[in-house]
Amino acid sequence: MSSTTLAMRDSMTMLRRNLLHAKRYPNMTLSVAFIPIFMLLLFVYVFGGAIGKGLATGDYVNFVTPGILMMATMSGSVVVAVSVSVDKTEGIINRFRTMPISRASVMTGQVVGSVIQTMISVVLVTLVALLIGFRPAAGPLGWLGVIGLMLLVAFAITWISAAFGLIAKGAETASNIGLPFQFLPFLGNAIVTPESMPAGLRWFAEYQPFTPIIGTLRALLMGQPVGGQGLVAIAWCLAGAFAGYFWARSAFNRRADS
Amino acid sequence: MPTHAQPAIAVTGLRKSYGDKLVLDGIDLTVPAGTIFSLLGPNGAGKTTAVEILATLKKPDSGEAQVNGFDLARQSDEIRMSIGVTGQFAAVDGYLTGEENLLLMADLNHLSKQEGRRKAAELLERFDLVEAGKKVSTTYSGGMRRRLDLAMTLVGDPRVIFLDEPTTGLDPRSRHTMWQIIRQLVANGTTIFLTTQYLEEADELADRIAVLDHGRIVAEGTAEQLKRRIPGGHVSLRFADPRALRAGELALRAAGEVSADEDALTLQVPNDGSFRALRALIDRLDGAAVEVEELSVHTPDLDDVFFALTGHPHDSQKDALR
Repeated sequence: MSSTTLAMRDSMTMLRRNLLHAKRYPNMTLSVAFIPIFMLLLFVYVFGGAIGKGLATGDYVNFVTPGILMMATMSGSVVVAVSVSVDKTEGIINRFRTMPISRASVMTGQVVGSVIQTMISVVLVTLVALLIGFRPAAGPLGWLGVIGLMLLVAFAITWISAAFGLIAKGAETASNIGLPFQFLPFLGNAIVTPESMPAGLRWFAEYQPFTPIIGTLRALLMGQPVGGQGLVAIAWCLAGAFAGYFWARSAFNRRADS
Repeated sequence: MPTHAQPAIAVTGLRKSYGDKLVLDGIDLTVPAGTIFSLLGPNGAGKTTAVEILATLKKPDSGEAQVNGFDLARQSDEIRMSIGVTGQFAAVDGYLTGEENLLLMADLNHLSKQEGRRKAAELLERFDLVEAGKKVSTTYSGGMRRRLDLAMTLVGDPRVIFLDEPTTGLDPRSRHTMWQIIRQLVANGTTIFLTTQYLEEADELADRIAVLDHGRIVAEGTAEQLKRRIPGGHVSLRFADPRALRAGELALRAAGEVSADEDALTLQVPNDGSFRALRALIDRLDGAAVEVEELSVHTPDLDDVFFALTGHPHDSQKDALR
């Protein structure tokens, strides 16, 4: 077998391992979906009436759901940071490293497994949104775009989280990675439009990565023109994914020489 | 291809430091194939670092090593294919069952489905984990986890196995089970590189022992050779009354230094515990018609070994690097 086939095979083995974890402990996936669902209900039913009036962009649930979906992606990424960190502290990563397997497969399995879990919780959140009145207007191409963008975001965030899990001192530190990520969409256009914010914050909200990403997602879901923000969103995702990947790779290899 | 004539592990001048902390200060080792070699030393002596380097987890600063005839610097993939490592902290996947852990190893060793299942079943049986095999391994006791860890190492049929403190933290029964397993492994021709902080363990298992201290090998040889270099072995004699104690002291004084404890009615006599030395002692007591209530032989322990070989007690740097 060539080394690429072996790498694929090892990555599939590692992926199976991660999915087995997810299957055995479905609570992990469910709890990841729980927070965004709670947020969705909170914003639609509690704050929605008041915020929605100020926005005047139609039904508030249609406005806030893309932002909540982004949050679901963020909270999904916590799983990978914790799981990588546990692998590291329990010594199983060291076991893998003394075996004749593709080194990249360890992290690839973790990341792909986590992205699948994240996508499951994103679907759960979408279903709840549909139940409470979310009415997307996307055509087949639009949905394809939505799925593609969500995957791209998930990969970017998950690679960054996986790298963080490798350098974190323990599972507890690793689990904290989610907090800033989860709150970043709030400081953008997830819940409200940035126009309503004070000057400094508005500037940040307009230029931070999640604003074009959520904007693109919203446009795709509601069947509106995406415009230039689409490219900016893709650029941010690709930059994040590459940065995360190379960071994780160097963190993984660095442990070999220290 | 490596042949049987060449050593399983050959190390020359291995050095490693972390920052300005020197962990391995030029060690040389040769381990013949099919033997158990023990690296004996206290916490912080550099044992784990030596294993990590030889198992391709870390790079040495300088020095050369061959494992199974493969060069450490250039052929780490080949080395990984021929070794197995079981560390001090059981590296099993706690979320998987014992059986799933073994099947994971089979997949990573690229065995066929059928071969993997057969191997997993065989190892569960051999390591007395058949029932536990269906349970998630977080529920295992320390001894069971360690056995599963070693079983996972064996899935790949390694020719050299590194065991880094395989019994540290285990209760005496689990420790003896582990020893039995290790003996069986070497009986099948596997080479074992064992690190331990217990002299007793090295004594029980190893063909050769190297004593590591502050990153240096301070002594090497068979257990017998090492113990002979160490003073501290003695025989303790207990008497029925002070009169017998004095008689015993008188009879043995001619043969060497004797220390008496009047309150406990005991005498301590230097003795290496060998049959010949014991017989000489008993003959001497018989010759003087001295009645002895009890005789016990004290062989040197790790503390004695360390003190004798290094001039300092071995627990002086417990907090140093593992």
